[in-house]
Amino acid sequence: MEHVIEVKHLKKSFGALDVLKDVDFIIDKGQVITIIGSSGSGKSTLLRCMNLLEIPDGGEILYHGEDIRQHTNINSYRAKVGMVFQSFNLFENKTVLENCMLAQMKVLKRSKDEAKDKALKYLKQVGMERFMNASVTTLSGGQKQRVAIARTLCMNPDVILFDEPTSALDPEMVGDVLDVMKNLAKEGLTMAVVTHEMQFAKEVSDIVLFMDAGRVCEMGTPDQIFNHPSHERTKQFLSRYNNDQA
Amino acid sequence: MSIDFHFAWQTLIDGWPLFGYGIAMTLTFAIVGTVAGLIIGLLLGAIRSLEIDPLDSSSIKALKKFGRGLTSFYVWIFRGTPMMVQAVFLYYLLKPIFHWDGLTAGLIIISINTAAYMAEIVRSGIQAIDRGQYEGAKALGMTNGQTLFNIILPQAIKNSFPSIGNQLIVNIKDSCMLNAIAVTELYFQATSIAGSTMKYTEIYMLVAIMYLALTTIATFVLNTIEKKLNKTNKATTMDACA
Repeated sequence: MEHVIEVKHLKKSFGALDVLKDVDFIIDKGQVITIIGSSGSGKSTLLRCMNLLEIPDGGEILYHGEDIRQHTNINSYRAKVGMVFQSFNLFENKTVLENCMLAQMKVLKRSKDEAKDKALKYLKQVGMERFMNASVTTLSGGQKQRVAIARTLCMNPDVILFDEPTSALDPEMVGDVLDVMKNLAKEGLTMAVVTHEMQFAKEVSDIVLFMDAGRVCEMGTPDQIFNHPSHERTKQFLSRYNNDQA
Repeated sequence: MSIDFHFAWQTLIDGWPLFGYGIAMTLTFAIVGTVAGLIIGLLLGAIRSLEIDPLDSSSIKALKKFGRGLTSFYVWIFRGTPMMVQAVFLYYLLKPIFHWDGLTAGLIIISINTAAYMAEIVRSGIQAIDRGQYEGAKALGMTNGQTLFNIILPQAIKNSFPSIGNQLIVNIKDSCMLNAIAVTELYFQATSIAGSTMKYTEIYMLVAIMYLALTTIATFVLNTIEKKLNKTNKATTMDACA
């Protein structure tokens, strides 16, 4: 299996607070990795470090074997490693279509026609092509997130990092966004997803990573983590989730 | 207290060529000052809002800090002293170098003075924009410059349009300070006419009405543009992407 991203001994602290203590894991091509854990366990920081939105204090992140800190052009790296945010972060002065076209033209230097073709293709895939001329400020949260996913797909990234993509959505909207993500997983897109949606994690993950207090506490297939967790802390976390479901 | 309305009316008719010229000059100063001030102010405001990225090289960091310091200094000086004092001081200071007349000096001085206010307007407009949009652009691989020009500044200008328009109103009135360097704008014309007729009350009443008319018209025009801006926002077309 080809390693897309390797995280080695990653450390990150904010002031006196050590958010990531020593994190190791590998994302292989075509894999879907979900990262679960309670709030404050370092999940989002881990994801943000992988796109250098946060600068790690120690350890390495290798992208196809190359240290991303040594990557000559950070922007071309970021274009290859997409990111979908909890708060969508769409460009509010642009329409849906323009949101999907801008970075293609500016970063990948695609022509306007090519950018538009790609944008329409991916907007269609997420079911948002009908809204292509709408201002993004008029959309609902679920629609915004689907546009954000299309915008990221337009860059043809190697891997997409999802940072709690459904946490800011109304319960009714969550399903639409998760469906889009499930389809992407089926198509073989490499994904790392920080999520609180355990059912989603169970269904689509190749590997589930349970984080606790800045470390990877336990890691394994969904069956191992959800049905036979070996770690006491994992059991505790999941029992709370299972109680919520009951 | 008595106002000779008949005299005022007569003066308005007889002196119209002088008043008209003054009005044209006042509008020229106000419009040029506001537009040029906005352009310089956008640059200053953008520099003042530069953020130090942990990934910047040390020379870029130093450059950004220097730029921010310089623009803060500019705003401090030009916002902190009266335009009338700036006008007289700079006019005489630079006359031996530029050999400029009052008109050129006046246009430049009102522009650089307005720029200090515009820089602050633009900066607060930039600060009001949701931080997430920077991260969204960053995560797509866009540079700071691309983000600034395509995402941040268009929104900052639109959001601060009322304050920018307000600056035009201020400039219509404050251009009268340029009479200190003998620029023949509306106030200067009034002073000349009043001096030759000795009817100060009537003349300055006329001038007050003229200023009020100018600012009222400007307010109306600005409101119309603002309404249009809000409308186009709702129906943005593909062309805006080019």
